[in-house]
Amino acid sequence: MIAFITRRLLLGVMTVWLISILSFVIIQLPPGDFVDAYIAQLSSSGSQVSAAEAENLRKLYGLGEPFYVQYGKWLARIVTGDFGESMEWRRPVTEVIGDRLWLTLLLSLSALLVTWGLALPIGIFSAVRQYSFADYAFTLVGFIGIAVPNFLLALVIMYFSFVWFGASVGGLFSAEMALAPWGWDKVWDLMKHLPLPAVILALGGTAQLIRIMRANLLDELRRPYVVTARAKGLSEFRTIVKYPVRAALNPFASNIAYLFPYLVSGSIIVSIVLGLPTVGPLLVKALVAQDMFLAGTIVLLLGVMTVVGTFISDLVLMWVDPRIRHQMD
Amino acid sequence: MAEPILSVRDLKTQFFGPEGVVRAVDGVDFDVFEGRTLGVVGESGCGKSVTARSVLGIVDRPGRVVGGSILLRPAGGGAAVDLAKLSNEEMRKYRGPEIALVFQEPMASFSQHYTIGNQIGEGIKLHLGLDERAAKKRAIELLDMVGVPQPARRVDDYPFQLSGGLRQRVMIAMALSCDPRVLIADEPTTALDVTTQAQILDLLRSLQQQKGLAIILITHDMGVIAEMAHDVSVMYLGRAVETGSVKEIFTAPRHPYTRALLRSIPTVLAKPRTRLPTIEGSIPHPFERPKGCAYHPRCAEIIGPVCEKFEPPAVNTADGRQVRCFLHGGAPAQEVAA
Amino acid sequence: MAQIDSEKYAVATQLQLTWWRFRRHRLAMVSMVLLFACYLLAAFADFLATTDPHATDARTSYIAPQGIHLFDDDGSLRPHVYGIKGVRDMKTFKLIYTIDPSRKVYIEFFGQGYEYDLFGLIPTRVHLMTLKDAERGDGIYLLGTDLLGRDLWSRLMVATRVSLTIGLVGVTISLFLGVLLGGISAVYGGIVDTVIQRTIEVIRSMPTIPLWLGLAAALPNDWSVLQIYFAITIIISLLAWTDLARVVRGKFLALKEEDFVMAAELAGASQGRIIFRHMLPSFASHIIAAVSLALPAMIISETSLSFLGLGLRPPAISWGILLQDAQNIQTLALAPWLLISAIPVVVVILAFNFLGDGLRDAADPYG
Ligand SMILES: Nc1ncnc2c1ncn2[C@@H]1O[C@H](COP(=O)(O)OP(=O)(O)OP(=O)(O)O)[C@@H](O)[C@H]1O
Ligand SMILES: [Mg+2]
Repeated sequence: MIAFITRRLLLGVMTVWLISILSFVIIQLPPGDFVDAYIAQLSSSGSQVSAAEAENLRKLYGLGEPFYVQYGKWLARIVTGDFGESMEWRRPVTEVIGDRLWLTLLLSLSALLVTWGLALPIGIFSAVRQYSFADYAFTLVGFIGIAVPNFLLALVIMYFSFVWFGASVGGLFSAEMALAPWGWDKVWDLMKHLPLPAVILALGGTAQLIRIMRANLLDELRRPYVVTARAKGLSEFRTIVKYPVRAALNPFASNIAYLFPYLVSGSIIVSIVLGLPTVGPLLVKALVAQDMFLAGTIVLLLGVMTVVGTFISDLVLMWVDPRIRHQMD
Repeated sequence: MAEPILSVRDLKTQFFGPEGVVRAVDGVDFDVFEGRTLGVVGESGCGKSVTARSVLGIVDRPGRVVGGSILLRPAGGGAAVDLAKLSNEEMRKYRGPEIALVFQEPMASFSQHYTIGNQIGEGIKLHLGLDERAAKKRAIELLDMVGVPQPARRVDDYPFQLSGGLRQRVMIAMALSCDPRVLIADEPTTALDVTTQAQILDLLRSLQQQKGLAIILITHDMGVIAEMAHDVSVMYLGRAVETGSVKEIFTAPRHPYTRALLRSIPTVLAKPRTRLPTIEGSIPHPFERPKGCAYHPRCAEIIGPVCEKFEPPAVNTADGRQVRCFLHGGAPAQEVAA
Repeated sequence: MAQIDSEKYAVATQLQLTWWRFRRHRLAMVSMVLLFACYLLAAFADFLATTDPHATDARTSYIAPQGIHLFDDDGSLRPHVYGIKGVRDMKTFKLIYTIDPSRKVYIEFFGQGYEYDLFGLIPTRVHLMTLKDAERGDGIYLLGTDLLGRDLWSRLMVATRVSLTIGLVGVTISLFLGVLLGGISAVYGGIVDTVIQRTIEVIRSMPTIPLWLGLAAALPNDWSVLQIYFAITIIISLLAWTDLARVVRGKFLALKEEDFVMAAELAGASQGRIIFRHMLPSFASHIIAAVSLALPAMIISETSLSFLGLGLRPPAISWGILLQDAQNIQTLALAPWLLISAIPVVVVILAFNFLGDGLRDAADPYG
């Protein structure tokens, strides 16, 4: 058990480290050093930077030194919570990101819950009633769920809600709440807006998970322990829920580790279509404007968030599967 | 002899697969008596396991019991219940307290997600109405009874933490958890090594003596039959071809298939490096069931066209045995299509 | 009869067996035919285009899709479309161009249109359909036009070529990486295996879209369309090879234990010979199945990136770029036909999924 947790933790740390390198590469990639870009940006907005100030900036970021030195300096600042300044907004990156990171997390988690809530019962039903009409219907819907990229789904839903209801369904808040300070009203407003984007985001993953669940459960239903349970006189419902479903949950749980990054990824593109105040639109804007500190920080934070989410899902897996828990015994 | 606890008549179970119907069990008769063991032997695929499941009404889809009767005499006497006629819901209260099953593969037959205490206690709670604690206490007693060391500790183990022999003991404890009168053991020792096999068979025998269990012991090992069974039923392609007491069948087998089976047991007395006689040919595919007597293509003692065209009926011989072979009489009553 | 069949099976290779089983999957067969047709379409994209997909014209902005009329007034078979005319909007005094049913423009088959290179090699002007005696702004607007007045049908044809081939190129790169690294992982085992497996896990637990976006955004602005095309393909496949590598490794490991590989080893065959002569052919069908499931993911990736404006960039045309125009709800309300480009995306991805599923079932009937 301890070995399992350690292994997973190490993997998480490695992933974060790799993501941090990639984020830094992203910050570094645009041609020229970013102090030049920064100065150009500042002067275009009217303020001047003296040569001495520019030199100070260069020293601070270690420009001109080898890559790993720059990376080290950047990392050291990040650890203290200094993510640098957004060139476009001229404010600290953390301030620009603000609530958006949490809203991204909230959206991804809601989508995860929706995915579970739909995939689990539907998967079980499809397996137990294999080849029934409903099974075929779910399979078909599932295929469509897989084949329609979620931004396309968002587009189509936007279009039809506009045509039929004359209203735009986008956003996570109503107009009058968007800038209001946090309070119960605002939370309630958020709760009302959350389901639609969460469902849109969840659909692709749900479809995949239904297929996995169905296939696993079909496998498990054939196992001898199911006969054992029936031979004990358990009801069919109890037999299925207690034994094969429990066993089929296992790969289900381990799949979440890949589902969560997928949802975080998807949230970016869905947010852009639906105009949600998550980090998605901010990231794309930052990238287009070459506001690299902002972009790199967002990539880094998203990466860390996924790694943490994945680690938590590993703990869930451990809780679901006694074999992992008892590996050390 | 006393009344049988369980008597099965003309049991038929078929699988309705997409490629056609498999007649896995095709008219099986046998009786099981209190305190006695009925051995069921036959080659792989002849329908032994399906027979066992049919008795409990737990045949997998697309299989179904399509005919025959399974008469269970109630504990306090009275009219027998035909289990084949019960609904699944009604049948449930017989599974466990009346008839229990022990499986071939102890590993696969346990769920790896629950402790053995949990899996044993489940039936106890359901059928005997005990609460969680009492069920666990009983589970520990049962484990002790089947010879699991340190039962109070083991009860919280998961199946994957036990050795194969222990697992089979736990399986037996689970089967006995609700004091059944009939125990069906489907190849309980096939997956075990010889020493453990002997221990498990000893355990079954002593439990039978203690509790007066009626046991149906399914196996393809004639040695196990010789050691354990009182009566024997030899199956071939879904049918009992010969039934009788173990002594008679071993000393004077009547059906050519029984004889062939007996010839193929290795004996310690045989000369080293002599070839073991095997049965000619292989078991036909279930879809291609031979016309007439199903055994005729492999039979060394085939009489002639009668074997190829007609199905031999069950004939009761003078010494109380039942044989399905024209060598031992029986009129070629009806011609049977393949 | 049964005899002949079983003899045929006895000598069939794994690939043949897979193919026989595959033919029984009706949906997968239909999908295969459909995809074949799509690639054929892509190969003749410019030939099928009716107007230059890059040509802009303010007059033809947002013209609704119009069908081809087959019969002339006198009942003779003369396919034609209507011309366009400018009408002054009396409120805004702007000149608005719409369809003019009073003026017929006849269609000519295999006529001369804009110049292009067939298969990228043969310069020609021949198109399936062009207009005869067309006035400025007239066109066969099967799927309507966009804001800049470009014909969507012609653009869709070219986009299909780009998006379908980007998937193929990407999958080829992924496949190469996957087979190489998966194979190395399985053959050498030990520390090499561990490192590769951990790398795969790390890659799989990263959110891909932000990384793609970051990398794609860093591509220099002055790169040519072709350079961007390959850069994007490589970025996508860098993160997509992991699934293939896992399949390959799993199959390798399973096969190592198989009798025929053991037999070959005992017979003294070299490792290379065992891998290429005995092992690869026996799981080629699994690889084909995995590839056909990886392809749609590639296509979605490219479409998503381009949709966000960070993948291929205009003047390149791809499905994502076409859909980018449909991003805005006001635009969509004005010109809903912009969404038509979504249909081939969905159909092709669906078809690839069916095909992949059928292939996987056929390759591995028990797994
Ligand atoms: N789920 C099923 N679907 C279709 N046919 C089945 C199924 N289960 C069993 N059968 C058929 O029933 C026949 C008898 O199977 P059974 O498991 O009873 O054999 P067995 O005598 O127990 O063999 P073994 O010694 O190998 O356990 C087999 O020929 C098989 O084809
Ligand atoms: Mg069996």
